[in-house]
Amino acid sequence: MELNPKVPSGPIEQKWNHHCFEMKLVNPSNKRKHTIIMVGSGLAGASAAASLAELGYNVLCFCYHDSPRRAHSIAAQGGINAAKNYRNDGDSIYRLFYDTVKGGDFRSREANVYRLAQLSVNIIDQCVAQGVPFAREYSGLLDNRSFGGAQVSRTFYARGQTGQQLLLGAYQALERQIDSGSVKMYPRTEMLDLVIIEGKARGIVARNLVSGRIESYAGDAVVLATGGYGNVFYLSTNAKNSNATAIWRAYKRGAAFANPCFTQIHPTCIPVSGHYQSKLTLMSESLRNDGRIWVPKLKGDQRRPNEIPVPERDYYLERRYPSFGNLVPRDVASRAAKEICDNGRGVGEHGLSVYLDFKEAIGRLGADVIREKYGNLFEMYERITDENPYEVPMRIYPAVHYTMGGLWVDYNLMSTITGLFVTGEANFSDHGANRLGASALMQGLADGYFILPYTLSDYLARTKLDQVSTQHPSFQQSEGEIATRVNHFLGIKGKRTVDSIHQELGKLLWDHCGLVRNQQGLRLALSQIPEIRAEFWHNIKVLGSDDEINQALEKAGRVADFLELAELMCLDALEREESCGCHFREECQTPDGEAQRDDERFCNVSAWEYAGEQRPPVLHKEKLAFEYVPPTQRSYK
Amino acid sequence: MHLSLYVWRQQNATARGKMVRYDADDINSDMSFLEMLDVVNWKLIDKGEEPIAFDHDCREGICGSCGMMINGIAHGPRRATAACQLHMRHFKDGDIIHVEPWRSRAFPVIKDLVVDRSAFDRIVGSGGYISVSTGSAPEANSIPVAKNDSDLAMDAAACIGCGACVAACPNGSASLFTAAKISHLTLLPQGQPERGQRVMKMVAAMDREHFGNCTMHRECEAVCPKSISVNFIARMNREYLRALLK
Amino acid sequence: MIVHSRSRSLARLWDSTVGKKVVMALTGAIGVGYVVAHMLGNLQVFAGPEKINAYAALLKSNPALLWTARTILIVAVILHIIVAYQLARISQRSRPLGYKRWRAVGSDWASRTMRWTGPFVGLFIIYHLLHFTTGTLHPAFNERDVYHNVISGFQVWYVSIIYIVAMLALSLHLYHGAWSMFESLGINHFKYNRLIRILATIVTVVVVVGFISIPIAVLLGFIS
Ligand SMILES: Cc1cc2nc3c(=O)[nH]c(=O)nc-3n(C[C@H](O)[C@H](O)[C@H](O)COP(=O)(O)OP(=O)(O)OC[C@H]3O[C@@H](n4cnc5c(N)ncnc54)[C@H](O)[C@@H]3O)c2cc1C
Ligand code: HEM
Ligand code: HEM
Ligand code: SF4
Ligand code: F3S
Ligand code: FES
Repeated sequence: MELNPKVPSGPIEQKWNHHCFEMKLVNPSNKRKHTIIMVGSGLAGASAAASLAELGYNVLCFCYHDSPRRAHSIAAQGGINAAKNYRNDGDSIYRLFYDTVKGGDFRSREANVYRLAQLSVNIIDQCVAQGVPFAREYSGLLDNRSFGGAQVSRTFYARGQTGQQLLLGAYQALERQIDSGSVKMYPRTEMLDLVIIEGKARGIVARNLVSGRIESYAGDAVVLATGGYGNVFYLSTNAKNSNATAIWRAYKRGAAFANPCFTQIHPTCIPVSGHYQSKLTLMSESLRNDGRIWVPKLKGDQRRPNEIPVPERDYYLERRYPSFGNLVPRDVASRAAKEICDNGRGVGEHGLSVYLDFKEAIGRLGADVIREKYGNLFEMYERITDENPYEVPMRIYPAVHYTMGGLWVDYNLMSTITGLFVTGEANFSDHGANRLGASALMQGLADGYFILPYTLSDYLARTKLDQVSTQHPSFQQSEGEIATRVNHFLGIKGKRTVDSIHQELGKLLWDHCGLVRNQQGLRLALSQIPEIRAEFWHNIKVLGSDDEINQALEKAGRVADFLELAELMCLDALEREESCGCHFREECQTPDGEAQRDDERFCNVSAWEYAGEQRPPVLHKEKLAFEYVPPTQRSYK
Repeated sequence: MHLSLYVWRQQNATARGKMVRYDADDINSDMSFLEMLDVVNWKLIDKGEEPIAFDHDCREGICGSCGMMINGIAHGPRRATAACQLHMRHFKDGDIIHVEPWRSRAFPVIKDLVVDRSAFDRIVGSGGYISVSTGSAPEANSIPVAKNDSDLAMDAAACIGCGACVAACPNGSASLFTAAKISHLTLLPQGQPERGQRVMKMVAAMDREHFGNCTMHRECEAVCPKSISVNFIARMNREYLRALLK
Repeated sequence: MIVHSRSRSLARLWDSTVGKKVVMALTGAIGVGYVVAHMLGNLQVFAGPEKINAYAALLKSNPALLWTARTILIVAVILHIIVAYQLARISQRSRPLGYKRWRAVGSDWASRTMRWTGPFVGLFIIYHLLHFTTGTLHPAFNERDVYHNVISGFQVWYVSIIYIVAMLALSLHLYHGAWSMFESLGINHFKYNRLIRILATIVTVVVVVGFISIPIAVLLGFIS
């Protein structure tokens, strides 16, 4: 396998524009003849499907949701970055580029990140024109706020529902195309395999989740915009149904999987309250602007928080990071919380949380100001926990939030399989080893609105594509395999629920491939995952039939894939003997406990190639060069 | 705590359904309603019975997937709360809880509590957009939008498309959903050029999908997880008249 | 030209449920206007036979005007009933299978009973016309003496009861209708919403109290 990033030559500012000009165009009258298969209709998928249909292509779009509007993108709260410099505070495309490369701890591709920063500006224009009701000032002009990891105010937002509003914009554009017949939408349809014919991605096999029918769809190119795989941990802030199946099946058909171990863990989530917990809820990290994080100094202190006098509290972030204090980046804050709890100083029923206290801020600014700023978050917290954060400190704990890893793509967003494109969180993306807040939405939309329509057209224009039909043996074979698999799940008739296995996997992964990793733990996980997998394949109980909605059956397929992916994540984490961004290897830290990169050995993307059942995957490395932003050690002291 | 559930079970779209009684033991008051159903489902699987199917995804009250009638109220007894955000502490030990799917001709039940809400997508597809093809947008700040208009548009745009308004409306009307979308787009200057045709097309689509008409019962507003105001329905009616008389 | 296109667009009201509801509101508004005026006119019984009989004679003195008004009323009532029927059918069909359990959390009694109070008022109107206008159902009808008709009519206790019950039904219909017609016509602004609600309530109370006061006064012997 060859990893050719295909980055255009020339100065970084001109690469994309040059490339756009160099790219071939498809004759307008021929566009209708090309069918594009778009899997996923979140921000990345819906934006691309609509844009491609506007260009004249014939698009088939798939999602497992009942409507494109429900994709996980809907849940993003905080905002979307763009280098508009409306604040006149020194922002620029270059600065956004710089911040993103640095925030990613120098594990992303410079050229991609620059293009992302460039296109960020157009995204806002496009969304505003679509009617996205971004927050405005009294002047009627767009408002901005600041977000973690940046010293400028460049985040556009729509209340706490930015993802929702952006997705609705894309969804509306998509529905317009569906209504006009340019896009054929297949909701409640799950892609279960990628079909490759003569070395090119030419279609998918999918299961209709209502009728259970397994159906094939052929086209000239396939795009996966299927989101992230944070749910491999069982508990995460992702929507319950988010999964890795689409990218995993593509991986098994030959698409390289890049940096699978790069998982972002968000510091301010509502802690777990019991074994029945089904998912975790994120609270905006803006809370850290006014809340102070602490735990009792005394181990096992049973007093209620308000009874503990200030001298007996440990404001550990302020203590350890005097200059950034409670505002250290996500990974640092998350790790510190875990360390404290592992030390037995965590609070709450299970000792798995730390306090986020607003008492001081309420005293200083008044409850009204706090209510104005965070009212909806406080309300959300109280709704879930039944505790009033105006009176009792909030309790928070880190939770899995985003996966920077994903299928490897070149500058054109094409994977290692010719004709298979990957966009949004599903690709290994532009965020390196750590994503800055408010930049996932930006990436998904840049990919979908402005990059893919060009690069995919170029591919179609350059490539000779014979007609294929779903009668082709490759489709038939894949359909057969899927049917066998589905029947197998129904036939196991074991004792355990799929969820219970998933929970077990999640816990193992969280313990050993979560916030902090070390060789011993990863080895342990690697030895245990196959056992859990064996248990799964022999002892799960999936009831019902395969010819109607069967949510347990859907879950079984997804968890089966998670069980394989988890192993690759651990392998990747084990191989990367350095700490970078959110990948923290205990063996690799500075004397004062900070992440220690190893640019000599690991300034690369790790792309794993599937080598077949029972064979270890093959690692390929894409070397990363930093010509514009020289690597430095992060420091938040 | 212990609860008795009566849940609508229906094998598939064509089968006849019925209410079936289940016991829910060991329910913790910190669970969400959906987590309670998860626990019931785990027990059902243990016993060899098929779990109850229900739509859900974000479990944060934003995706609009979840939704069921809980004791006769869409999304249950708490105001401005989607079923996934409803916690069991609002129930008492020994409570009897009836759970039914949304009922509307336009939302056929496809299994248990799962209904087909694609009619909403078709309403949006009929005109619930601003026709701006990718690339043709002007600079974002070139058209100022009064903050009040923008805030009001956002109030309307907050709709999560859950369908509770239809489910709760004694007339099975989709007016709140449709009006919210029309209002969101019409309140913005960007939505002006298509203002008239949008409302005509969307109202026609709403009728085509066999939703009922609005007689201002205001059940929809009361159950809406986003508290979308019925004032938007009046706005839709006004827009309709305006388009007609123009 | 303009007139033509306007009238065509008015016909298009018939094409959608929203348009039909506008018809309902407009015809309902005519009804509201009528009952208010009618109630005020009727109150003249308290001023004695000469006043009200003169008033009745005045109304009938110009047949052209009278019949124009009557035509408007008849057309309005017919349209109102047709649309009410059509919309109610659409709504009923929109939920073929009802809930085993349903609880009201936003609507009120008035809104939920519109479909019953409306027809009830309709039946009342028929009875009422046969009673006071044609005299068919009046035991001692005198075409020229409205005062006499009213007093003698209401002295039959069950007739008064019928009227009072009908007025209560009307009050429910108005309480909801006189407010919701504004919503149907899109006359709505957060500044005036409360005002509209209050206005509708006042109209309801005044109309109903005004009407009911007559049979009660007769029954109690205040006027004879
Ligand atoms: C709680 C939360 C808050 C966040 N807040 C922010 C924020 O403030 N700013 C920010 O920039 N980012 C934020 N993010 C990250 C961001 O929301 C996501 O990274 C982004 O929305 C992913 O978009 P996507 O289009 O790639 O995938 P998704 O939105 O996940 O869409 C995936 C789509 O693929 C479909 N699909 C998946 N698999 C299949 C299959 N096998 N067959 C058929 N269809 C399939 C799904 O149905 C869906 O339509 C947040 C994330 C979380 C969890
Ligand atoms: C003759 C028999 C009548 C029938 C069958 C009837 C029926 C109805 C029905 C079904 C509605 C719709 C329910 C709703 O909007 O909630 C309605 C609304 C209304 N009716 Fe009647 N009604 C009748 C008479 C009257 C009379 C006599 C008046 C006036 C005094 C009247 C005034 C109204 C008004 C104002 C509305 C509200 C219209 C709107 O909301 O747009 N109706 N009627
Ligand atoms: C206590 C209450 C009422 C009294 C005493 C009353 C009295 C009368 C009388 C005396 C007439 C005959 C007038 C004439 O022929 O000169 C009349 C006519 C009429 N009334 Fe009433 N009325 C009452 C309530 C109502 C109500 C509630 C309605 C409608 C909802 C109504 C609708 C009519 C109509 C339509 C006519 C016929 C008008 C015409 O001749 O064109 N009345 N009423
Ligand atoms: S208007 Fe409210 S109840 Fe109706 S779909 Fe939207 S969010 Fe749900
Ligand atoms: S409940 Fe129904 S009648 Fe109208 S106000 Fe709401 S749509
Ligand atoms: S599950 Fe998303 S709104 Fe309830």
